[in-house]
Amino acid sequence: MPISQSSQLYKQLVQQLPAERLLVSSESLAPYECDGLSAYRQLPLMVVLPVDIEEVQYILKVCFSLDVPVVARGAGTSLSGGALPVETGVVLSLAKFNEILSIDGHNRTARVQPGVRNLAISEAAKPYGLYYAPDPSSQIACSIGGNVAENAGGVHCLKYGLTVHNILELKLLTIEGDLLTIGSQALDSPGYDLLALMTGSEGMLGIITEITVKLLPIPDTARVLLAAFDDIEKAGNAVANIIAAGIIPAGLEMMDNPSICAAEDFIHAGYPTDATAILLCELDGTESDVSSQLITVKQVLEHNGATEIRIAEDEAQRLIFWAGRKSAFPAVGRLAPDYYCMDGTIPRKHLGTVLKRINELSLEHGLKVANVFHAGDGNLHPLILYDANNPGELENAEHFGGKILEHCVEVGGSITGEHGVGVEKIDQMCVQFQTQELEQFHAIKHAFDPAGLLNPGKAVPELHRCAELGAMHVHHGQLPHPELERF
Amino acid sequence: MSDDSQQLAQQVRDAFEKKTPLSIQGTQSRSFLRYSEHGNKLSTLEHSGIVAYEPTELVITVRAGTSIASVQDTLAEHKQSLAFDPPRFAQSGTIGGTVASGLSGPSRPWMGAVRDHVLGTRIINGKGDIMSFGGQVMKNVAGYDVSRLMCGAFGTLGVILDVSFKVLPIPESSSTLVFEYDAQNAIDHVNEWSAQTVPLNGACWSAGKLYIRLSGTDAGVKTAINTIGGDVYTDNDLLWDELRDQKNSFFNNAGYWRLSLPPATPVLSIEGEWLLDWGGAQRWLKSSEHPDKIRQMTVERGGHAEHWHGKDKNLLRMPLDSIVHRYHKNLKDAFDPAHILNNHALYSDL
Repeated sequence: MPISQSSQLYKQLVQQLPAERLLVSSESLAPYECDGLSAYRQLPLMVVLPVDIEEVQYILKVCFSLDVPVVARGAGTSLSGGALPVETGVVLSLAKFNEILSIDGHNRTARVQPGVRNLAISEAAKPYGLYYAPDPSSQIACSIGGNVAENAGGVHCLKYGLTVHNILELKLLTIEGDLLTIGSQALDSPGYDLLALMTGSEGMLGIITEITVKLLPIPDTARVLLAAFDDIEKAGNAVANIIAAGIIPAGLEMMDNPSICAAEDFIHAGYPTDATAILLCELDGTESDVSSQLITVKQVLEHNGATEIRIAEDEAQRLIFWAGRKSAFPAVGRLAPDYYCMDGTIPRKHLGTVLKRINELSLEHGLKVANVFHAGDGNLHPLILYDANNPGELENAEHFGGKILEHCVEVGGSITGEHGVGVEKIDQMCVQFQTQELEQFHAIKHAFDPAGLLNPGKAVPELHRCAELGAMHVHHGQLPHPELERF
Repeated sequence: MSDDSQQLAQQVRDAFEKKTPLSIQGTQSRSFLRYSEHGNKLSTLEHSGIVAYEPTELVITVRAGTSIASVQDTLAEHKQSLAFDPPRFAQSGTIGGTVASGLSGPSRPWMGAVRDHVLGTRIINGKGDIMSFGGQVMKNVAGYDVSRLMCGAFGTLGVILDVSFKVLPIPESSSTLVFEYDAQNAIDHVNEWSAQTVPLNGACWSAGKLYIRLSGTDAGVKTAINTIGGDVYTDNDLLWDELRDQKNSFFNNAGYWRLSLPPATPVLSIEGEWLLDWGGAQRWLKSSEHPDKIRQMTVERGGHAEHWHGKDKNLLRMPLDSIVHRYHKNLKDAFDPAHILNNHALYSDL
């Protein structure tokens, strides 16, 4: 329900911000009604587009004084509904914070505003021979502020880490308008590791207004191998044995047959469509490191029963090998009107059993699924195919997805590796965590945002929500969160 | 080699009810880094042993009382290690202390710090609740990152029970080169190499000599040696171990400064004896200059200064910005509402 211009909130905001940066009409709010998880939609009261820290500070103080919820938004590419508006709240867009403030080639850092696109940092660092390592697949569009809020990963995580490993300092405003500098330009700072706490906190603790990221030297060379397997287990063993051989590949990706076929049909990368699974293994570094590791990896793949091994001969071929993987989501998207992307992580050794369980669930739900897997770090992205126009099919897909995540927890994994909890996985948080842990999360939230105004309803479920769910999902007769009242 | 977590949690619950402060202790090898020590001893030493280790998953889970040395030895049997190579001020130094103090060895700028390798923890908060955060997988963004928050918190937010770490293969080859450089030249060269794909794994400067450690494949290290030049230094392991554990002649218990700075910061004009580690990002200094001057010059350069083994504990850590300090206290309240865990370990009121 958009706000009227006579409201207290609007009147106070318009004192400091020009009216053209306060969006209130239904048409102007429409683009903000959802993020990358478009199954969830909600119009906010209004959208504000500040241009500097003082304006953000002012907006937060006004919202705090009027008890109005605030949802921060970068590029809106979240796959978990992290930037989904709240009906009674303001969307605080950081789109105008899009400047790279400085690049320090000597210390290998870049100081950037939160609305800067992930890939733009690497492009700006290129003349220094440097780049920003985390590369979520949305890196052309997603903003670095959102990357910090979600602790975004990418295909190079195993070797180069997640966002939390690649940032040094944050400037952050609390809901009360306090400006905090967290971390430092050095490698550590006194006090608690608030940098880690803020990274991945999904806009629940503060609004990020500036980020200093680490930059790494661009590798001299990168080579990629493609191996085909007639059995998923064999592919899984090959991954374990590459690592056992002492090699940490820059990227190690697996695709199952439906994904291979969809990608091949879409991009014609020459993938073997008769394979049960393929592995893409990228090695990067100096010429001598890469040539030596390439020989080892090839031997490991042969020993583990690869039916075919190809090595990209040049950069053009390397890019073709990757093109199939990188287009896997849109390629799978052509197979059905809608797809639902999951993000569970598992200890790799359970890959075989987890995929088997996903296939069983697929039959039970009558929905097809294609799997792409960051195999090196155990991050599974099952893509569930459905048609939202068929009544009940979205709910069915969500139920299927929820079951996959619960199975990931059962085998010792997690409900989200890199997409965040948002609104999407909030119920599975009740499966992943016990009451005390959820209470601890609420206490942390309270330490920064006692009124609960920042991104309410996301990331951490209220305990009564878990209790209600628990009544529905009794596992082996054990009631989760048994100490809570049921109603 | 046993699981002592229930007994430890009971002791915390008792202390919570009686509001009696506890002092969490391992082998006390890092106690000099506490602002002050208060309360009844809560020893984590009995809570020791490796809970799980799966080399091909690159994960080890260990109890807090386990010694660093025994963990590294176990990992070495599978040609793996904790790549942040934590200091062992005493042979018996524990994993709990490693995480609580957040200290990392000479490879830190290139391999990451303790917090970069922590995947999950099991802790006891100040109410005596046992809780698990993170996990045994490489990527996990469910819930706030409490595990990494424990790193460097000196036990003020929780008693660390178990920690899961990402482990990495020990590089196939490692060599140390030595160069005759003054400090500024050393800083310049190391930062130039760091911006290229040179397989650096250590860089320290002391008394007119720059030592760099190269680690990687045999072929990669050989190529780098040919490119960079310098003389091969043969007492490789001893040099880096002594630096890591502060056993070389520079370090004594008479007090010295640790300056954490952006690595390429030029040599600071402070009189004294310098030892540069982490390619310039961690600088050790023995100086009779006024502490205010040392702190101020460090802050102006974007860093912070700590005075180790000094008489005045107020110089140990730099004060926090007052607003940041307030949120630290809020967090302390969130984890330890009765203020019984390692009070005053970080600051006079934290």
